[in-house]
Parts: sequence; structure tokens; C-alpha cells
Amino acid sequence: MKTSECDIVIVGVGGQGVILISDVLGRAAVKAGMPVRGAETHGMAQRGGSVINHIRLGCRFSPMVPTGGADVLLALEPAEALRFGHYLSRDGVAMINTDPVLPISVTMGKSVYPGLEDIVDPLSEVCKEVKTLDATSLARKAGTSQAMNVVMLGALSKYIPIKEELLLDALCDVVPKKHLDANKRAFQIGKAEVE
Amino acid sequence: MKEYLLGNVAIAKGLLEAGAGVVAGYPGTPSSEIIESLASLKGDLPIHVEWSVNEKVALEVAIGASWTGARAVATMKHVGLNVAADPFMTLAYLGVGGGIVVIIADDPFCHSSQNEQDTRRYAQFAAVPCLDPVDPGVAKEMVTYGFELSEKLNVPVMLRPTTRVSHARSDVETGHTAEIRRGSGFVKNPARRVSLPVHVRPLHVELLEKQKKIEEALALTPWNSLRLSGVHGVIASGISSLYAEEALIEMDLDLSFLKVGTFPAPSDMIRLIVEHASKVMIVEELEPVLEEQVERVARKYNPDLEILGKGSGHIPRFGELDQLYVRNAIASMEGQPARSGPILGEALKILPSRPPGLCPGCSHRATYYAMRKAFGRDAVFPSDIGCYTMAVPMGTVDTCLCMGASITLASGIRFGGEEKGICCSLGDSTFLHGGMTGLLNAAYNKARITVTILDNSTTAMTGHQPHPGTGFTATGKWSEPVSLEAIARALGAESVETVNPYDIDSAVDAFKRARDYPGLSVVIAKQACVITARRNGQKPQAFRVNDKCEGCRICVEFGCPAIEFEGEKARINNLCAGCGVCAWICPSSAIEVMK
Repeated sequence: MKTSECDIVIVGVGGQGVILISDVLGRAAVKAGMPVRGAETHGMAQRGGSVINHIRLGCRFSPMVPTGGADVLLALEPAEALRFGHYLSRDGVAMINTDPVLPISVTMGKSVYPGLEDIVDPLSEVCKEVKTLDATSLARKAGTSQAMNVVMLGALSKYIPIKEELLLDALCDVVPKKHLDANKRAFQIGKAEVE
Repeated sequence: MKEYLLGNVAIAKGLLEAGAGVVAGYPGTPSSEIIESLASLKGDLPIHVEWSVNEKVALEVAIGASWTGARAVATMKHVGLNVAADPFMTLAYLGVGGGIVVIIADDPFCHSSQNEQDTRRYAQFAAVPCLDPVDPGVAKEMVTYGFELSEKLNVPVMLRPTTRVSHARSDVETGHTAEIRRGSGFVKNPARRVSLPVHVRPLHVELLEKQKKIEEALALTPWNSLRLSGVHGVIASGISSLYAEEALIEMDLDLSFLKVGTFPAPSDMIRLIVEHASKVMIVEELEPVLEEQVERVARKYNPDLEILGKGSGHIPRFGELDQLYVRNAIASMEGQPARSGPILGEALKILPSRPPGLCPGCSHRATYYAMRKAFGRDAVFPSDIGCYTMAVPMGTVDTCLCMGASITLASGIRFGGEEKGICCSLGDSTFLHGGMTGLLNAAYNKARITVTILDNSTTAMTGHQPHPGTGFTATGKWSEPVSLEAIARALGAESVETVNPYDIDSAVDAFKRARDYPGLSVVIAKQACVITARRNGQKPQAFRVNDKCEGCRICVEFGCPAIEFEGEKARINNLCAGCGVCAWICPSSAIEVMK
């Protein structure tokens, strides 16, 4: 028996705004009267390490998405998409921001950052669909590259059982007023990108 | 009202709904957000909320408050209880005034910790009740119950969330703030407040006699539940019970199921499932606390029962569990196939690792650079708990044991016979937490070492909590900050110098003087944390690489994420915090302030 309506894994690098996305999703789910569970990365890893947030819409059980169970893997950074690819379900969708954040091992020249196809190809083999978008550039179009996470949220909105109005409502709750317009634009740009 | 709450915020709401009067703690992942959120949620309510200097202090403040009749709480991470173990163990004998709930957040898998000790063992050791929540909502409910039980049985109660409860989020039903339970004054009662041998001997007997009442009370709580069905069963506790419950539904298995949310676990329920079943699997993280209790009951009521769990190798005694692991463990008991996620195998080999690291512009990097320049790579560099453990690749973090141990380990390394230079380091908050006694000891017993206090004026690693060196309290009120230099001198250090680590020349010179000092020397490297500086509106100056760059890679080796290598030249990327240290390091004067 199914124990969750929609399982989402959001990954990225500490500081990219992963928590904001799951916060918006969770709040929107509560507004929709839907049970929701989530798990966040806090502490040490937030200092530039890999971070993963889980969110399970319509679920009353484990706060973490089971391995192989994610309906959507939302990756704010390409290498992190591959790192957490094992969360994808066979019917799942991976959505990847193509703008990399180079880890220190790469900037110091001790390792090489993989090409996008080396990330996308293996993921394509284990899930239904891989979508890539340059969310950072799209966010710049919306007014600020900081809103990259909200571009990704907009793209995600097409794949989840929560109404757009509720997501935007929740976005208003968590984004400071002065940045709200840019973030709303970022949401719409992200959404349009996958339509 | 339903709200989407982080586990620790739900606990803070629970403290308001229970009318907690005094709440003290020391920051530590995964516990820190309890006090942080309470400090902002409480508004003008007459609750005393404090970041204490360490966990022992926090618990003792809570105990004193309880003895006036206030409902009192101490919060900390699991290893913090080692620091607070002294008051904790005897508190169980002496008992409470107002209820005491000690909130200890465990960290299975050491997400952000130096070990993964299981605090349920401490509760057993001290003979106090332990509440083991499955999720944020239950954690919140357990706060009010904890106070009531504490007051009813005159015993402190432990609430033990784990990382996956404290840092989980869920829809939580929140209620109203209760009347705050402040105390009415200390009542003298030496037989229960003075731990003389003559007083504590009968109190120990009393505590032991209380155990049956504790178990009876806990058995009545809604967090223990039993369903008798198939002759195979699952007994699971805390968050593991949620994984097990989900697995049973998902696999549509008709097994008997005992869900445990309190320790000691309900023996009567255990007896019922043990008598009913031929085989059970015990699912819990870390220590076999539940498993041992089931074994004891089974020995008496069903010696033939097959018990699977840690003893049988089905459930590990380390790390954290998850839904798939528990599902597969139960599947193996039922002879069903295991399930796995997609195997990416070879494809993963191209991934560069991404460990957490010091922030771009972090002054610790500059301090360690200067330290290494002065002491040389062969010197011994004991270090401590804080952001600076992420500087291991710099070669200046040779040890990390527990809060404050850098100074004492350095002393021991010297007394043990090490002749090379010894320069230890610890942060400002860590120094005030557990380093001061070590410095006093080192000075008095004449340890020839250098102690470096990495003073970034905050408790950075856990999320920038204030401490007595910062000038403000948990609730944002001003309090005169202490001088680390004055403390070091008062503790007996004769050579104490404060330097700005961004001024690398001066920092290297200061470390050289400290290295050559014939006794104990202290260097205080003072520079604000880059994160707090940015939050306080400090605008960084912009740097760039000019055409003098010869591609020598010296700046890249410094290890700042803001310096990249492109082609044959260095480049400053948009992560730059403008500390200017790389400009100093560059031998070709190729890094300059952008005009």
C-alpha cells in the first residue's frame, strides 16, 4: 500500500537555499490540509557541504524519502543530482540546475568537475525523465541570481499535487517583502521553463 | 492550529504550552533551535531563557529554578550530557521542586557530532524516565507530559529527540501558551537538597523503589501501543517505530506490532507480545536498550522466543536507520526479497567529494596559515570542537576530542615527553565552555605550550549563538562582554597577545613570539565570523587578479573557495568575502583591490 502521495528529495550545496524550498512546500501542504513530513540538513554540512532535504506530501510516516522512492529529485547543483541519484524511483523525474558550484577539491585542482552529460546520462538510465535548466541564469532574468531556488520551485510546481496559489501563498510567508516580486517572477519563469 | 514546524521549534512551542518558567542550554547540533526559537517566540512572557556557559551550568541553573517551584528545562546535545552528568546523576536522588525536563538531542550517524552515544543509557544509568518521540508533534506533546510526570513522581524526566526528530518537519497541531510556572521561592529542606551521605543513602533506596511507579505511569501513555496479530512480531521504539509501521503497511504484512515511545518500555505489553509470538524483530537505533528488556521478559515468559535484532545481526548498533533498511530487515524475517534503490555504480566515481569546509574569507584559515608559518609543519597542533575542525587539511588540527580538550591535551602531550613546538587552538565559545579550567591548569602546572583562542565573537558552528564574550544574551539583551585577554591573564597566563589574523605579518610575528616564550603563551586571534559580518551589513571590498599572476598556485593552495584556477592563472570568484589575505600571500602582488 502506498504510504505517501508524493516524495521529493531536494539537494544542493550548503547556502543555496534548499531549506526555503522545502519550507514553502511544507507550508503549502498544511494550507491544503495535507499531512506532510520532511527532514533537513542542519549543522556542519551547511558550511559548503552537500545538503539534502526530504519532503513527503500526504505522508504520516518517515520524514526521509526511502532510497529508490523519490517521485522528484530536485537538484540545485548538477554534481549533487548524481550524488543523490539513488533516491530516484524508476518512475521519478530528476530536475537539475545546470550551474555548478565547484567544490574546493576542484578549485584547488585536485579533482575535475564532471561534464553535464556524465551526470545526466547515468541518471536517465535509472529514472523516467531528466530535465535540465539553467536556473541561475533564469533567476538573473527575474532580477536576482539569489532566486535560483525559487526558479527550481516554479519548475517543481508542475509535478506535485499542490495548487499553485497555495505555493505562492506560502512563498509570501517566507520571503521578505522587498524580494517578493523578484521571487514571484522567478517562480513563473521556472514554471514556464518546464511547460 | 496546524503549523509546519521543525522538531525543535515544536519542542519550543511545547515549552510555552507547558508553562516552562526557566529554560537554559548550551548550543549543540541537533538541539540548538529549541532555545533559539523559544527566545523569539516567548515575547514578553516572564520566562527566563538563557544560553548558559556550558551544559553543566545549564542543568544546574534549571535545578536551582526547579527547587523554587518553577518548571525548568535544560537543553543540550547528547555529548553535552557528559559535561552535565555530575549534576544529572545526583539530581535523580534529590528530586525536583517544579518539574524538570532534561532535553537531550541524540545524533545517530554523527551527522554533526564526535560520537553517537545513546542517551537512553544515561536515563537507565540515572534511573529516570526517558521519552523517545517519533516525530515533532509527539515531541511537543511529551514536553507537557514530562513536567506532569516529573512533578507527580518527584524525578527529572528526559526527553530524547534524535536528529531525525529535531530536524524533521511536520504538520503539528499547536495550542495556547499556558500560564508560566515561575517559582515561589527556595524552601529549605536539607534532607532532600544537601547530598550528604546520610541523606542520599535513603534517597537512593527511594529512587529504586520509584522504578515500578515510573514504568506503570509510562505504560499508560499514548506513545506505547500494541497490536496482536500474526505469530511473528515487530517491537520498535522512537523514530524506528515509524519506519517499521510504514514498512508493515507498505508490505501489507499482518504482524503483531508493539510501538514503544517511553523507557523503561512497558513490560506488560512486552509480555503480551512475547507470549503471543514465536519470533520477533526488535528495531531501534544504536544501543540494544529495548532488545535487552525484551530478552529479560522473554526469559521469564517465553524462553523459546526467537529474537532478531542487534544480537542476530539484523539491526546495526551504529549509525542511523531508515525506512528502506527497516523494511528490508522485516522482509528478511518474513522471507521476502529485499528492495534496493537504483545502482549508479561506476557513474559515481567521477564525482568530486564535497566535504564541508571553512567559509570563504574565514579568519580561522588566516590564523592557521600564520600559525603554521611560525611553528612549522612539524609542530603539534591539538585542536578542539568548532568550525575549525574543518581545517584538518591545513595540517593545524592534529586532535579533536571534546569541548575544551585542546589545552589539556596539549599540556599532556608536553608532559608526556613531546619536545617539538605545541600550539593548540580553540574557539571563543569553546574556551568559555570548557577551556578555562584547562588554561588555569596549564599555567599553574607550567605547561610550555601556546594556546590560540580563535575569537570570532560567536558560537559559529551551531548557528551563531551569543556567549559571554559577545555582549548580548539569548534574548538579545545587552550584557557587558568579558575580555578573553583579562580572563587568560587572571588564569595565570603571563604572555597574552591579541592579533587581527587578516593582518598576516603581525599574526606571524605574534605566533613567533609565542613560540619562543619560555612558558605558557596565549594568542587571541580576533576577527568577526564572516557570516555575522555579512549579516551585520559589512560590505566586502572586491579583489581581482591582475596580469602579474605567474600561475604559481600559492594562493590556490591556501584553500579558500573564492580562489579558482582557470587555465594557467588564478581567478577570484563571486564567493569572495574580501578578507584580503590572498593578496598578502601572493608573491607576485597579483591580487589587488578592485578600484
